[in-house]
Amino acid sequence: MTDAALPNLVPALPEILMAVGAMALLMLGVFRRKGNFQVVSWLAVVVMAVALLIIAVEPQGRHVTFSGMFITDEFARFMKILVLLGTIATLIMSLPYLRRNELQSFEYPVLVLLAALGMCMMISANDLLALYVGLELQSLSLYVLAAFNRDRQRSTEAGLKYFVLGALSSGMLLYGISLLYGYTGGTSFEYLAAAVAGGEPGIGVIVGLAFLVAGLAFKVSAVPFHMWTPDVYEGAPTPVTAFFAAAPKVAAMALFLRAVLGPFPELVDQWRQLIVFLSIASMVLGAFAAIGQTNIKRLMAYSSIGHVGYALIGLAAGTAAGVEGVLIYMAIYLTMTVGTFVCILAMRNKDGMTEDIEDLAGLMKTRPALGLALTVFMFSLAGIPPLAGFFGKLYVFLAAIDAGLYALAVIGVVASVVGAFYYLRIIKIMWFDEPSVEFEPIAYMPSSLVVTITAVFNSPVFLLLAPLIPFVQGAARALVA
Amino acid sequence: MLDFPILTLLLAIPLVGVLLIVIQRSNDEELVKRNVRHAALWATLAELIVALILWFDFDPYVADFQFVEKTAWIGDSFAYHLGVDGISILFIVLTAFLMPLCILASWNSITERVKEYMIAFLLMETMMIGVFCALDLVMFYIFFEGGLIPMFLIIGVWGGARRIYASFKFFLYTLLGSLLMLLAMLYMYWQAGTTDIPTLLTYDFAADAQIWLWLAFFASFAVKMPMWPVHTWLPDAHVEAPTAGSVILAGVLLKMGGYGFLRFSIPMFPVASVELGWLVFALSLIAVIYTSFVALAQEDMKKLIAYSSVAHMGFVTLGLFVLNPQGVEGAIFQMLSHGIISGALFLSVGVVYDRLHTREIARYGGLVHNMPRYAVVFMVFTLASIGLPGTSGFVGEFLVLVGAYTHMSVLAFIAAFGVILGAAYMLWLYRRVIFGELVKEDLKPLRDLSFRELTIMVPIVVVSIWMGVYPKPVLRTIDASVSKLLAQHEQAIERYEQARLPVEAPVLAETAND
Repeated sequence: MTDAALPNLVPALPEILMAVGAMALLMLGVFRRKGNFQVVSWLAVVVMAVALLIIAVEPQGRHVTFSGMFITDEFARFMKILVLLGTIATLIMSLPYLRRNELQSFEYPVLVLLAALGMCMMISANDLLALYVGLELQSLSLYVLAAFNRDRQRSTEAGLKYFVLGALSSGMLLYGISLLYGYTGGTSFEYLAAAVAGGEPGIGVIVGLAFLVAGLAFKVSAVPFHMWTPDVYEGAPTPVTAFFAAAPKVAAMALFLRAVLGPFPELVDQWRQLIVFLSIASMVLGAFAAIGQTNIKRLMAYSSIGHVGYALIGLAAGTAAGVEGVLIYMAIYLTMTVGTFVCILAMRNKDGMTEDIEDLAGLMKTRPALGLALTVFMFSLAGIPPLAGFFGKLYVFLAAIDAGLYALAVIGVVASVVGAFYYLRIIKIMWFDEPSVEFEPIAYMPSSLVVTITAVFNSPVFLLLAPLIPFVQGAARALVA
Repeated sequence: MLDFPILTLLLAIPLVGVLLIVIQRSNDEELVKRNVRHAALWATLAELIVALILWFDFDPYVADFQFVEKTAWIGDSFAYHLGVDGISILFIVLTAFLMPLCILASWNSITERVKEYMIAFLLMETMMIGVFCALDLVMFYIFFEGGLIPMFLIIGVWGGARRIYASFKFFLYTLLGSLLMLLAMLYMYWQAGTTDIPTLLTYDFAADAQIWLWLAFFASFAVKMPMWPVHTWLPDAHVEAPTAGSVILAGVLLKMGGYGFLRFSIPMFPVASVELGWLVFALSLIAVIYTSFVALAQEDMKKLIAYSSVAHMGFVTLGLFVLNPQGVEGAIFQMLSHGIISGALFLSVGVVYDRLHTREIARYGGLVHNMPRYAVVFMVFTLASIGLPGTSGFVGEFLVLVGAYTHMSVLAFIAAFGVILGAAYMLWLYRRVIFGELVKEDLKPLRDLSFRELTIMVPIVVVSIWMGVYPKPVLRTIDASVSKLLAQHEQAIERYEQARLPVEAPVLAETAND
């Protein structure tokens, strides 16, 4: 443990860059008073893009540093690339919204950058303490972002609610960690894996694991730890909601996979029933509760709860095929969500933003390109082939059948039929109803670019991306041998 | 045999049509609409020509898949794999034959959002042809379910008053069935290690797994078919869909269910197909008798024809699961014939609907006086639907009844009642619409068939009589593949029986030793 005075910093280079970058941008923002928002925002994008580049060209394979606390492997690289892409896209598309609503404080991009840093650290965590530190850095940034529109009651309420419930979940997580430490004597994932290998695990370990899972379930907003999601999604400023729904979900799911499959592959029979329950409850609640929603942000909140349920099917399988399914699912989920939120940000007429689903009426007539993109996202979210969302479902169900989880798979497909109903309702409103409100066009080039790329990705063009599957398989095998 | 990838071409032509439609831009809206209609028509006609070339090049004496194309797609597991055999090729020809007629039937009746309408139909065509030539489970599933999207939009955007209810019902019913089938497919993938259909056709699944797999596939195909009691989406969808949508629904989409039974259920799960045959027979006979009575009571022309479709599909499922050459060939023939005739009946309803904008039977009567050409065409279709000798409907129904009689005479006895009831409701419909005095004022100014409408009707009349008088080209095409299917089925059953006997003996011996 004390072989070198200075730990090997190379594997953590992207994180170090982002940490230094965030601090430098904070100072830049403070000292340069005028027009600092645009500069800081774009510099934050550049920092994340460079970090992305470093991750992409990093040497392959598994590297551990900081006394085994920090790990980079194919899995971490894949997830970090997703997270950074999602963060960059959501940061860019939020700029015109912030300008219009006079929320142009330079703290916004700095907080987003810090959240991205936290997410990358949790993905690379190889120790329960590193996990907690990364998670808290991300969560604290997100609490502030949720309340960013501080003059509006809804936004501050969302921030407060998120903070209080988030603190509760962090408490559960910490309690779980302390139990695991107390009953095994260590916090490193390798140590834990060795400690629980062979023989019956003690009741303390099981309880600690249950608390750990509960804390993580809160972060991915799996039922029954989902209560904060609809309120926070609805209350937070729309671009912040877009951010919440995209990158942090992916990062939290990565953390979930790593924290359960890394140290506890031997205890699969113990945690599988928990995951199966979370998965079923999320899918069913996500499907049924979304039906009655009239606010599109709330609807997306329930939709994301449902999607977490499907992704958890892959984790419940606990095999390499299952992890592969989760990775594919989250990659597709990220593009669907980012794209949908660009469309939601475009729901703007002369009087300002609207979040009412009924206002989408006749979108195919008034804004055919936007309507078509949203149609692609809705069918993709519903999981109808030949759109990308279908393949996410295909791979997690494939893993579930392989693991013999037939009941889970059947409940999953029934829930997805119920879920299809509310996605179809949005399509019905756009295609079948007569126009009521005319939206202003998206005048901001980068947003149009984001929506075009994500829509093409989700369209049948996805079928041509099959050569990318081996990368995903490599990432999955890095986690589960 | 051609080396040219003709099946890929068949999938691509409608997409080229879509591309041509998308690039149509002009300030003159009428010009755009005209160009869009022509582009769609030419694309579907080109498709028909290629489909006919495919049929002429098809070697009917080869039972295996022909025109096979195979390229690796996702790793080693899923492949881009196409091919046709005697069972599937005629469904492709049927699809290609109906599509130009659909485009022509929508020529004047669709005036709103013509571009989207034609794009939806062309996408639909690619999906339907894909279903019939896919030789990989995942590809098949993508085409099978992908077709829901354009059909949902066709019913929902251009449909009648209750179109939203009908489109949702259609979509969700079918989706639930297909998703259960998807799970079964995934199970098959893990068992057999491949999604390649020709390989799966020779794979023996364990007998108890077969029952579950068969039921999961049945959930999908029975809804699609549709069989009683999951047929209720069909009358709604038919009534609300625009005319061309009904033609495609009745003509092709319903055939996907029957095709699925032939391609998956019967050859892949032979034991379950025999063991659960009683279920299919019971549901088929209920469909034949019960929905015929329901059809008798209908006030709406389209609904009547929709229920008659359910009854006719009952004959098809009956024929498929008696598992003898007459039954299976009759069922295929019946599907092809029904595809043409029910399509034609919907087109005939569309003709008067375009003029009077009602489908209520009571609003009509005496049309023979001012629409004689229409009366003749409608009569041919009515008689063909009843199954009069000399029309295509007769051949299929007759073969199915012969097959059913050989299998179990009581089946044929009950099913024959369906034929009588079919004659009753169709002739009664014809009498109420066409015959009688022309007394209703709003009917008097109705014009007879226009040149465009005749262009649609005449090919169908010719084909339905040709298939009735000289069915040999059709039967010859399907014969070799059906014989192979049934021979393999018999072998599979024999293997099962043999495997069961010796296995049971040692088990008994072991327990005795214990």
